[in-house]
Amino acid sequence: MSIQESVVRVQSTLKEQPWRLFASQVSILVRTEVRRNLFTRRRIWVYLLALIPVLFLGAHNIFSRYHFDSSQIEDDTEVLAGLIQFYYLRLGIFFACMGIFTWLFRGEMVARTLHYQFLVPVRKEVLVVGKFLAGVVISVALFETAVLACFYLIYERFGAAGRSYIFDGPGLSQLGSYLLVTALACLGYGAVFLTLSLLFKNPVIPGAMLMGWEAVAPIFPSWAQHLSVTFYLKHLCPVKLPIEGPLAIFTVVAEPVAPFIAVFGLICLTVAILVLSCFLIHRLEVTYTAE
Amino acid sequence: MTPGARQIVFNNVSKFYGEVLGVNKVNFSLEPGITSLVGPNGSGKTTLMNLLTGLIKPSHGEIYVLGLTVQQPVEFFRQVGYCTQFDSFPPGTNGYDFIYWPLRLHGFGHDQATKLTNEALERAGMAQVANRKVAGYSKGMRQRIRLAQAIAHHPTVLVLDEPLNGLDPMARAESIALFEAIAKQGMHVIISSHILEEVDRISDCVVLMSSGYVVAEGQIKEVRREVRDHPMQILVRCSNAAKLASAAFELDHVVEAKILSDGKSVLVRTRDAEQFSLLLNKIVSSGLVEVDAVAPADDDVNSIYQYLIGSDGGPA
Repeated sequence: MSIQESVVRVQSTLKEQPWRLFASQVSILVRTEVRRNLFTRRRIWVYLLALIPVLFLGAHNIFSRYHFDSSQIEDDTEVLAGLIQFYYLRLGIFFACMGIFTWLFRGEMVARTLHYQFLVPVRKEVLVVGKFLAGVVISVALFETAVLACFYLIYERFGAAGRSYIFDGPGLSQLGSYLLVTALACLGYGAVFLTLSLLFKNPVIPGAMLMGWEAVAPIFPSWAQHLSVTFYLKHLCPVKLPIEGPLAIFTVVAEPVAPFIAVFGLICLTVAILVLSCFLIHRLEVTYTAE
Repeated sequence: MTPGARQIVFNNVSKFYGEVLGVNKVNFSLEPGITSLVGPNGSGKTTLMNLLTGLIKPSHGEIYVLGLTVQQPVEFFRQVGYCTQFDSFPPGTNGYDFIYWPLRLHGFGHDQATKLTNEALERAGMAQVANRKVAGYSKGMRQRIRLAQAIAHHPTVLVLDEPLNGLDPMARAESIALFEAIAKQGMHVIISSHILEEVDRISDCVVLMSSGYVVAEGQIKEVRREVRDHPMQILVRCSNAAKLASAAFELDHVVEAKILSDGKSVLVRTRDAEQFSLLLNKIVSSGLVEVDAVAPADDDVNSIYQYLIGSDGGPA
């Protein structure tokens, strides 16, 4: 078969697909999954992961009501940057995504409810996309809210100077970057953990290995760094932290990349991992006794 | 075996869980009607049903349902409804949502899905409790709500794993009537059960399983006829049991003729039921004995089961 014939065949196959049905199924899956997984007692630890810095900042604002000098804004901007780069990107979002995305399929196996989703006229690929998007909606809603709250609490205490930093200075653009980085982190880690849950019965050990990889990836050659989620996120963080010593490995950008390439690269990595999930889901069998 | 558009075909299907045998070399094709899968626990009934519905994949062989395979899930699951015996539900769901949302995934709009949900709830007798959380249902109610979900989209093939478990006698009778009504519409109803008497009464076809193998398959009477090693039991009620018994003993193929305690019935065990029928005709026409009733005493699944598998088919 020539390349042209193959292209024509692929085109006709794509045209024959009931895309409208797929879209409606994805939307229903997202709706039901979000309803089942967002407001549930099982997710309290995820809320805590997202809200711990907010609680600390809120408590700090309430109990240390001394005068905040506008010269401190730069310092607090670095505090916020550190909070996001060290806590949210490397710990909070990482572990929350581990909990949310590995539970999407593996949790259904443990609860013995996966068969309900395998017995409806939904392609397995559509199921993967629907569940992934539901996970993204949940994690993005939680962590964007948390980042927004942290941002507000950091600058609110400076009063007019804080408002000026946000609306007349770089504040708003930094907020945009943080929200983008948070959403991309949820996408990237979400795709990785969804795939790990389809590969391993207990994704905790591979999850720990992934954490190790994300930490040491900067010392590897450039091509290997492209396989790390934080590689792309680092390029999008708007504030460079003045950190030296071993911790600098987490913040130093050895090979600068344009922001749009970083965004595009992470989306490509996410799509590639999701495509792998679509293959892996076909191997999944409903054998609850083996769980 | 070529897949037919109305048949369910198992073509040399085997399933191994590692080194453990699930089912082995299963070959049969089923026509529309009620088919019962009968066998003790661990005989492979649920494995066969899970294979049929694609929850597990065969290690070898192919399965076709109305010419479709699970590789075409959109078309396949519009035709198939499966009521599993997994007694678990999505957390926090109520009876109505449990049926409504899967219907939306089928592609039905809100109005149509609502109509089908209400219809299924009515048919399963669950309309009154549809808005209650499933977690608060009794075992029988959970069984019925699963049945309602399986039938809600009007499948052509309905697969029911132990569907009568946990049901009270009234609900059991209603469920059986529902299965019969569905089968009368030209659909496939595949039931696994160890309540042999009920299965026997409603089945058009039976698949007997033991240790992962299909040991017999077909219409109950045909299967019984194939069990030639075991003499058939015929119960005759007549005016003179002793005379009939002595006449029967003169035939080579009669291995036993037992007069029952009522003094009017003879239980005959014969290797040739047709020859025995001829003898009865002769006796009746000669006027020696008046025959009130003749009925096969072991022409049911339970007896066949005992002959083939060597147990009574109850739970192991």
